[in-house]
Amino acid sequence: MKLITVNFLTCAVKGCKTAAASYPLHFRDAELELQELEFQPEFILNIIPRIDWEALRVMANELGFPKIPDTKPEGDALKDEQLLKELHRLLLETQVVEGRLCCGNCGHEYMIKEGIANFLLPSHLGLIFLSVKLVLDFADPAQSKYTKV
Amino acid sequence: MEYLIRFAQAHESFRQAEIQALADLAGVKLEFIHYDKNSPFCTIRLPDEAAARAVITRSIIAKDIFELWGQGTNFDEVYADVRRRTEDRWAQYRDSSFRFTIDSFAGKRSSEKKREIIQSFSFLGFKGPIRMKNPDQDFWVFEDYGLDLNSPGTPRPEGQEPKIIYFGRWIANSSRDVVNKYDLKKRRYISTTSMDAELTLITANMAHAAPGKLFYDPFVGTGSFLVAMSHFGAETFGSDIDGRSFRGKEMMERGGTMGVLSNFQQYDMVGKFMDVFTSDLTNTPLRSAQFLDGIICDPPYGIREGLRVLGRREGLRNEEVIIDGVPAHYRPGYIAPKKPYGFEAMLNDILNFAVRSLVTNGRLAMWMPTANDEEVELAVPMHPNLEVVNVSVQPFYTWSRRLITYRRLPEGQVSDVSKGRQKLDAQGMYADELNEFRRKYFMKNPPDSSKSGRESSAS
Repeated sequence: MKLITVNFLTCAVKGCKTAAASYPLHFRDAELELQELEFQPEFILNIIPRIDWEALRVMANELGFPKIPDTKPEGDALKDEQLLKELHRLLLETQVVEGRLCCGNCGHEYMIKEGIANFLLPSHLGLIFLSVKLVLDFADPAQSKYTKV
Repeated sequence: MEYLIRFAQAHESFRQAEIQALADLAGVKLEFIHYDKNSPFCTIRLPDEAAARAVITRSIIAKDIFELWGQGTNFDEVYADVRRRTEDRWAQYRDSSFRFTIDSFAGKRSSEKKREIIQSFSFLGFKGPIRMKNPDQDFWVFEDYGLDLNSPGTPRPEGQEPKIIYFGRWIANSSRDVVNKYDLKKRRYISTTSMDAELTLITANMAHAAPGKLFYDPFVGTGSFLVAMSHFGAETFGSDIDGRSFRGKEMMERGGTMGVLSNFQQYDMVGKFMDVFTSDLTNTPLRSAQFLDGIICDPPYGIREGLRVLGRREGLRNEEVIIDGVPAHYRPGYIAPKKPYGFEAMLNDILNFAVRSLVTNGRLAMWMPTANDEEVELAVPMHPNLEVVNVSVQPFYTWSRRLITYRRLPEGQVSDVSKGRQKLDAQGMYADELNEFRRKYFMKNPPDSSKSGRESSAS
């Protein structure tokens, strides 16, 4: 699972879609791998405007990457090839091979195994109505007793 | 300027559509002057030679393109037309090396007659050397004898005269040879539902896959669309409700490379492969934001498999299950329950997803079944924010399917959806109730139950 993909993802639970806390998803126990790929400046330039920059900063910070610029590069900043290469590396060449992605709203965790994330929901989450009990149980991901499984 | 396209005689209803899509992609104005579905030759108008190259270079159904020097129903007309159109340019080619070739469609000529025809163009006054390999200028005479619809496979007997003759200067070849490169027979990871190379590449052209763009397939399967889109330079990703489909046996049983990725390795374009993940379109984890340049999909029709979506049938238990103090869905090997899903509901979900996710002018290219029989005709699904750019049909013996290409309209513009259909059938319970297409397919083609039934009763 590449970091660029995660920028376009949120919690699959319908009730979470409107909650601010559901985005970005948070990595837990992420195991990273770097794979060098051919630099595609055209793609990076096309995709930067569609990236949620704040979410990318949060994620890079959580994964312990060196700081990325505070604001989304625009105009002349996009002529800096070094910056584009660094973004290419962060977005496309960095992969999470094992770990979990956690929703900050409902606390549900999505498994990542061998680089592939699974967003299928158990049936009690697939519906729009969430039971109150469930929301309470999962409200604080830090306290979730299920993360050690 | 007028140009002549030579098409392959395949997937007829996709031919003009693909060329138009490529003209739109290149941003050039194209006008069809003459098109005949039974002929490989088509004349078009384009601003210049650069436009002709731009349009044809990516084409899969066309073979090549020529600058049209003349046409007529007999050779005297052709000579006169060539003189009228190009006489002022003959001097320009006087000393170039050149070659003449004759291509006869649905008819034939003896080599003696061919030589005679080539000689008859000597009025052009070319003095350069004749070179059969890599000439500077490559001239072609095309003869169309008219397809004999009673026996399309056999050329008309020698001695007949062509119905129309064209003379042209070669400009550029298409990408038709890449069909062979991506042949499924030579691909590492495929399944019975992988779509063939030619149609996936055409689909990628219809959807404007190109370098710098991001494309998504929500029913990725073995990733045959991803390969085609990435061939044209797009960065691609996909998802599937069944993770086994893109992982493949090699990965699941022996810890080998993921199936879809192994195809990208085979074609040396790993850098164009972004991701695959397991998810369901009705509960997609993708954000509601316009970030996709294109979506290509061949949704399951529910003939080979009933359609499934996450959830349980009504009336079944729907609480969280806990086993040994651990929620069942966090245990290894958990399989999410799925319920039958309506074909129509699925099409609506796809269109709604496309509207939310495509950038302005982004394209959705979607395959769906239709049928030859009027009674089985399914309307083209429509959405006010999507313009139907084109519908092309691929007929089979007992059914047919079509490729529908949509364009995401800019905010504030809406398309006419009155011809579409607005039926929601998410309330149904079983595959046949939900799926009009599946029901009608099996009514026309009853499953062959007689064999097994008779054998078992006899034993």
